[in-house]
Amino acid sequence: MRQGVGVVGLYVRDQDEALAFYVGKLGFRVHTDVRNGSYRWLTVQHPDQPSFQLGLFVPGPPMLDADTAQTMRAMVAKGAMPPLVWHVDDCRGAYAGLLEAGVEFTQEPVDRYGNVDAGFRDPSGNGWKMIQASGRSH
Amino acid sequence: MGGRQDPELLRRLLRAKDRMDAASHEDWPVRRLASISFVSEAHFARSFKQAFGVPPHRYLLTRRIERAKALLRDTDWPITDIAFQTGWKSLGTFGRTFRDVTGEQPGENRQRTRAAAHDLGPVPSCIVSAAHRPDLITSVLEKQRRIRGDIKNS
Repeated sequence: MRQGVGVVGLYVRDQDEALAFYVGKLGFRVHTDVRNGSYRWLTVQHPDQPSFQLGLFVPGPPMLDADTAQTMRAMVAKGAMPPLVWHVDDCRGAYAGLLEAGVEFTQEPVDRYGNVDAGFRDPSGNGWKMIQASGRSH
Repeated sequence: MGGRQDPELLRRLLRAKDRMDAASHEDWPVRRLASISFVSEAHFARSFKQAFGVPPHRYLLTRRIERAKALLRDTDWPITDIAFQTGWKSLGTFGRTFRDVTGEQPGENRQRTRAAAHDLGPVPSCIVSAAHRPDLITSVLEKQRRIRGDIKNS
Protein backbone atom coordinates (compact mmCIF):
# COMPACT_ATOMS: atom_id res chain seq x y z
CA MET A 1 0.00 0.00 0.00
CA ARG A 2 1.27 3.45 -0.86
CA GLN A 3 1.72 6.06 1.81
CA GLY A 4 -0.24 9.29 2.05
CA VAL A 5 -3.55 10.79 3.07
CA GLY A 6 -6.43 8.38 2.55
CA VAL A 7 -9.49 9.98 4.12
CA VAL A 8 -10.34 13.52 5.10
CA GLY A 9 -13.71 14.01 6.73
CA LEU A 10 -16.27 16.78 6.59
CA TYR A 11 -18.97 17.36 9.12
CA VAL A 12 -22.40 17.43 7.52
CA ARG A 13 -25.82 17.97 9.08
CA ASP A 14 -27.44 14.97 7.39
CA GLN A 15 -25.68 12.09 5.66
CA ASP A 16 -28.50 11.27 3.24
CA GLU A 17 -28.64 14.89 2.15
CA ALA A 18 -24.83 15.02 1.82
CA LEU A 19 -24.84 11.80 -0.21
CA ALA A 20 -27.45 13.20 -2.58
CA PHE A 21 -25.33 16.34 -2.98
CA TYR A 22 -21.84 14.87 -3.38
CA VAL A 23 -22.90 11.88 -5.46
CA GLY A 24 -26.05 13.14 -7.15
CA LYS A 25 -24.84 16.64 -7.98
CA LEU A 26 -21.03 16.76 -7.83
CA GLY A 27 -20.52 13.33 -9.41
CA PHE A 28 -18.57 11.61 -6.64
CA ARG A 29 -19.30 7.93 -6.01
CA VAL A 30 -19.80 6.05 -2.78
CA HIS A 31 -16.67 4.32 -1.51
CA THR A 32 -17.87 2.99 1.85
CA ASP A 33 -21.25 3.18 3.52
CA VAL A 34 -21.46 1.02 6.63
CA ARG A 35 -23.42 1.29 9.85
CA ASN A 36 -22.93 0.20 13.40
CA GLY A 37 -26.10 0.96 15.30
CA SER A 38 -26.81 4.64 14.75
CA TYR A 39 -23.24 5.33 13.64
CA ARG A 40 -22.64 5.51 9.91
CA TRP A 41 -19.22 5.57 8.25
CA LEU A 42 -19.77 7.15 4.87
CA THR A 43 -17.05 8.09 2.41
CA VAL A 44 -17.22 9.18 -1.20
CA GLN A 45 -14.60 9.36 -3.87
CA HIS A 46 -13.90 11.41 -6.95
CA PRO A 47 -13.89 9.11 -10.02
CA ASP A 48 -10.44 10.40 -11.06
CA GLN A 49 -8.91 10.07 -7.60
CA PRO A 50 -9.15 6.47 -6.39
CA SER A 51 -6.59 6.86 -3.58
CA PHE A 52 -8.54 9.56 -1.73
CA GLN A 53 -11.83 9.40 0.14
CA LEU A 54 -13.90 12.29 1.37
CA GLY A 55 -15.70 11.34 4.57
CA LEU A 56 -19.19 12.69 5.21
CA PHE A 57 -19.73 12.45 8.94
CA VAL A 58 -22.34 13.71 11.34
CA PRO A 59 -20.95 15.21 14.53
CA GLY A 60 -22.30 13.08 17.36
CA PRO A 61 -21.83 9.99 19.47
CA PRO A 62 -19.72 7.97 19.95
CA MET A 63 -17.03 10.48 18.89
CA LEU A 64 -18.59 13.60 20.40
CA ASP A 65 -20.77 14.33 23.38
CA ALA A 66 -24.10 16.02 22.71
CA ASP A 67 -22.90 19.49 23.66
CA THR A 68 -19.77 19.36 21.50
CA ALA A 69 -21.80 17.91 18.62
CA GLN A 70 -24.21 20.82 18.82
CA THR A 71 -21.28 23.27 18.75
CA MET A 72 -19.84 21.57 15.67
CA ARG A 73 -23.20 21.64 13.89
CA ALA A 74 -23.36 25.38 14.57
CA MET A 75 -19.79 25.91 13.28
CA VAL A 76 -20.58 24.10 10.03
CA ALA A 77 -23.86 25.97 9.60
CA LYS A 78 -22.23 29.38 9.97
CA GLY A 79 -19.51 28.53 7.47
CA ALA A 80 -16.69 28.47 10.01
CA MET A 81 -15.07 25.24 8.81
CA PRO A 82 -11.80 25.32 6.82
CA PRO A 83 -11.80 25.95 3.08
CA LEU A 84 -12.08 23.10 0.58
CA VAL A 85 -10.71 23.17 -2.94
CA TRP A 86 -11.93 21.16 -5.91
CA HIS A 87 -9.86 21.17 -9.10
CA VAL A 88 -11.73 21.08 -12.39
CA ASP A 89 -10.70 21.25 -16.06
CA ASP A 90 -13.42 23.72 -17.00
CA CYS A 91 -14.68 25.97 -14.23
CA ARG A 92 -17.28 27.80 -16.31
CA GLY A 93 -18.67 24.58 -17.76
CA ALA A 94 -18.87 22.95 -14.35
CA TYR A 95 -20.48 26.09 -12.93
CA ALA A 96 -23.22 26.05 -15.57
CA GLY A 97 -24.00 22.39 -14.95
CA LEU A 98 -23.99 22.64 -11.16
CA LEU A 99 -26.05 25.81 -11.15
CA GLU A 100 -28.60 24.01 -13.27
CA ALA A 101 -28.57 21.17 -10.73
CA GLY A 102 -29.43 23.65 -7.98
CA VAL A 103 -26.03 24.00 -6.30
CA GLU A 104 -25.82 27.10 -4.09
CA PHE A 105 -23.03 29.22 -5.53
CA THR A 106 -21.44 31.95 -3.43
CA GLN A 107 -19.27 33.28 -6.24
CA GLU A 108 -19.57 33.16 -10.01
CA PRO A 109 -16.49 32.11 -12.02
CA VAL A 110 -13.80 34.82 -11.93
CA ASP A 111 -10.46 35.01 -13.74
CA ARG A 112 -7.65 35.46 -11.27
CA TYR A 113 -3.97 35.26 -12.02
CA GLY A 114 -4.61 32.99 -15.00
CA ASN A 115 -6.86 30.63 -13.00
CA VAL A 116 -10.63 30.59 -13.02
CA ASP A 117 -12.35 30.05 -9.70
CA ALA A 118 -15.90 29.90 -8.40
CA GLY A 119 -17.33 29.26 -4.94
CA PHE A 120 -20.21 27.15 -3.67
CA ARG A 121 -21.49 25.62 -0.46
CA ASP A 122 -22.78 22.17 0.30
CA PRO A 123 -26.21 21.99 1.95
CA SER A 124 -24.61 21.89 5.41
CA GLY A 125 -22.60 25.09 4.89
CA ASN A 126 -19.15 23.75 3.98
CA GLY A 127 -17.55 26.15 1.51
CA TRP A 128 -15.80 24.96 -1.64
CA LYS A 129 -13.59 26.79 -4.11
CA MET A 130 -13.79 25.28 -7.56
CA ILE A 131 -10.57 26.07 -9.39
CA GLN A 132 -9.47 25.63 -12.96
CA ALA A 133 -5.71 25.97 -12.70
CA SER A 134 -3.70 27.63 -15.44
CA GLY A 135 -1.38 24.64 -15.66
CA ARG A 136 1.65 26.22 -14.07
CA SER A 137 0.23 26.91 -10.63
CA HIS A 138 1.57 25.25 -7.45
CA MET B 1 -23.77 36.27 23.98
CA GLY B 2 -27.19 34.83 24.82
CA GLY B 3 -28.17 31.23 24.20
CA ARG B 4 -26.94 28.72 21.66
CA GLN B 5 -28.17 29.43 18.13
CA ASP B 6 -30.08 26.88 16.10
CA PRO B 7 -27.91 25.47 13.26
CA GLU B 8 -30.82 25.77 10.82
CA LEU B 9 -31.06 29.48 11.60
CA LEU B 10 -27.28 29.86 11.29
CA ARG B 11 -27.33 28.22 7.86
CA ARG B 12 -29.91 30.78 6.71
CA LEU B 13 -27.94 33.66 8.22
CA LEU B 14 -24.86 32.39 6.40
CA ARG B 15 -26.82 32.59 3.15
CA ALA B 16 -27.50 36.28 3.76
CA LYS B 17 -23.82 36.85 4.59
CA ASP B 18 -22.78 35.02 1.41
CA ARG B 19 -25.09 37.20 -0.64
CA MET B 20 -23.50 40.35 0.80
CA ASP B 21 -20.05 38.93 0.04
CA ALA B 22 -21.02 38.21 -3.55
CA ALA B 23 -22.45 41.69 -4.20
CA SER B 24 -21.16 44.04 -1.50
CA HIS B 25 -21.61 47.04 -3.85
CA GLU B 26 -25.38 46.58 -3.75
CA ASP B 27 -27.72 48.03 -1.14
CA TRP B 28 -28.49 45.59 1.65
CA PRO B 29 -31.26 46.95 3.82
CA VAL B 30 -32.12 44.68 6.75
CA ARG B 31 -35.45 43.92 5.10
CA ARG B 32 -33.69 42.35 2.13
CA LEU B 33 -31.29 40.34 4.31
CA ALA B 34 -34.04 39.20 6.67
CA SER B 35 -36.08 37.86 3.77
CA ILE B 36 -33.11 35.75 2.58
CA SER B 37 -32.83 34.27 6.08
CA PHE B 38 -36.59 33.88 6.54
CA VAL B 39 -36.67 35.81 9.82
CA SER B 40 -38.12 39.12 10.99
CA GLU B 41 -35.99 42.25 10.61
CA ALA B 42 -35.53 42.66 14.36
CA HIS B 43 -34.62 39.01 14.75
CA PHE B 44 -32.19 39.18 11.81
CA ALA B 45 -30.03 42.04 13.10
CA ARG B 46 -29.74 40.49 16.55
CA SER B 47 -29.09 36.96 15.30
CA PHE B 48 -26.53 38.05 12.70
CA LYS B 49 -24.49 39.92 15.28
CA GLN B 50 -24.62 36.98 17.64
CA ALA B 51 -23.52 34.58 14.90
CA PHE B 52 -20.81 36.61 13.19
CA GLY B 53 -19.70 39.09 15.84
CA VAL B 54 -20.62 42.29 13.99
CA PRO B 55 -23.92 43.90 12.99
CA PRO B 56 -24.86 43.24 9.34
CA HIS B 57 -24.31 46.83 8.24
CA ARG B 58 -20.84 46.93 9.80
CA TYR B 59 -20.01 43.64 8.12
CA LEU B 60 -21.04 45.06 4.75
CA LEU B 61 -18.87 48.16 5.22
CA THR B 62 -15.78 46.09 6.04
CA ARG B 63 -16.35 43.94 2.94
CA ARG B 64 -16.63 47.06 0.80
CA ILE B 65 -13.42 48.44 2.27
CA GLU B 66 -11.65 45.15 1.58
CA ARG B 67 -12.73 45.32 -2.05
CA ALA B 68 -11.70 48.97 -2.29
CA LYS B 69 -8.27 48.12 -0.91
CA ALA B 70 -7.82 45.41 -3.54
CA LEU B 71 -8.85 47.82 -6.30
CA LEU B 72 -6.54 50.54 -4.99
CA ARG B 73 -3.69 48.08 -5.05
CA ASP B 74 -4.44 46.22 -8.28
CA THR B 75 -5.91 48.85 -10.61
CA ASP B 76 -5.16 52.38 -11.74
CA TRP B 77 -8.78 53.47 -11.36
CA PRO B 78 -9.34 56.92 -9.88
CA ILE B 79 -10.36 56.82 -6.22
CA THR B 80 -13.77 58.30 -7.09
CA ASP B 81 -14.47 55.39 -9.45
CA ILE B 82 -13.41 52.88 -6.81
CA ALA B 83 -15.72 54.52 -4.28
CA PHE B 84 -18.74 54.22 -6.57
CA GLN B 85 -17.79 50.74 -7.81
CA THR B 86 -17.65 49.43 -4.24
CA GLY B 87 -21.07 50.75 -3.33
CA TRP B 88 -20.66 54.23 -1.85
CA LYS B 89 -22.91 57.03 -2.92
CA SER B 90 -20.50 59.77 -1.90
CA LEU B 91 -16.75 60.13 -1.93
CA GLY B 92 -16.88 61.75 1.51
CA THR B 93 -18.57 58.75 3.15
CA PHE B 94 -16.14 56.40 1.44
CA GLY B 95 -13.09 58.34 2.64
CA ARG B 96 -14.40 58.63 6.18
CA THR B 97 -15.31 54.94 6.47
CA PHE B 98 -12.03 53.90 4.86
CA ARG B 99 -10.13 55.93 7.42
CA ASP B 100 -12.21 54.53 10.30
CA VAL B 101 -11.54 50.95 9.27
CA THR B 102 -7.93 51.12 8.05
CA GLY B 103 -6.51 54.19 9.78
CA GLU B 104 -5.37 55.57 6.41
CA GLN B 105 -6.69 57.70 3.59
CA PRO B 106 -7.42 55.70 0.40
CA GLY B 107 -4.58 57.48 -1.44
CA GLU B 108 -2.09 56.75 1.33
CA ASN B 109 -3.12 53.12 1.34
CA ARG B 110 -2.63 52.89 -2.42
CA GLN B 111 0.87 54.35 -2.27
CA ARG B 112 1.98 52.21 0.64
CA THR B 113 0.62 48.86 -0.62
CA ARG B 114 2.05 49.48 -4.08
CA ALA B 115 5.46 50.28 -2.67
CA ALA B 116 5.23 47.08 -0.60
CA ALA B 117 4.09 45.03 -3.62
CA HIS B 118 7.16 46.25 -5.49
CA ASP B 119 9.42 44.71 -2.87
CA LEU B 120 7.74 41.32 -3.22
CA GLY B 121 9.24 40.91 -6.72
CA PRO B 122 9.51 37.24 -7.66
CA VAL B 123 6.95 35.83 -5.18
CA PRO B 124 4.14 34.13 -7.16
CA SER B 125 1.00 36.21 -7.36
CA CYS B 126 -1.16 33.58 -5.66
CA ILE B 127 1.11 33.79 -2.60
CA VAL B 128 1.05 37.56 -2.70
CA SER B 129 -2.72 37.56 -2.67
CA ALA B 130 -2.79 35.12 0.24
CA ALA B 131 -0.31 37.29 2.13
CA HIS B 132 -2.58 40.29 1.71
CA ARG B 133 -5.62 38.45 2.97
CA PRO B 134 -5.44 39.05 6.75
CA ASP B 135 -6.57 42.62 6.26
CA LEU B 136 -7.76 43.08 9.79
CA ILE B 137 -4.34 42.30 11.27
CA THR B 138 -2.62 44.58 8.81
CA SER B 139 -4.83 47.49 9.67
CA VAL B 140 -4.48 46.91 13.41
CA LEU B 141 -0.70 46.88 13.09
CA GLU B 142 -0.92 49.92 10.91
CA LYS B 143 -2.90 51.74 13.53
CA GLN B 144 -0.37 50.81 16.21
CA ARG B 145 2.46 52.07 14.06
CA ARG B 146 0.60 55.31 13.49
CA ILE B 147 0.10 55.70 17.20
CA ARG B 148 3.82 55.22 17.73
CA GLY B 149 4.33 57.91 15.12
CA ASP B 150 6.93 56.11 13.02
CA ILE B 151 4.85 55.97 9.85
CA LYS B 152 5.85 59.44 8.65
CA ASN B 153 8.89 58.26 6.78
CA SER B 154 7.02 55.56 4.80
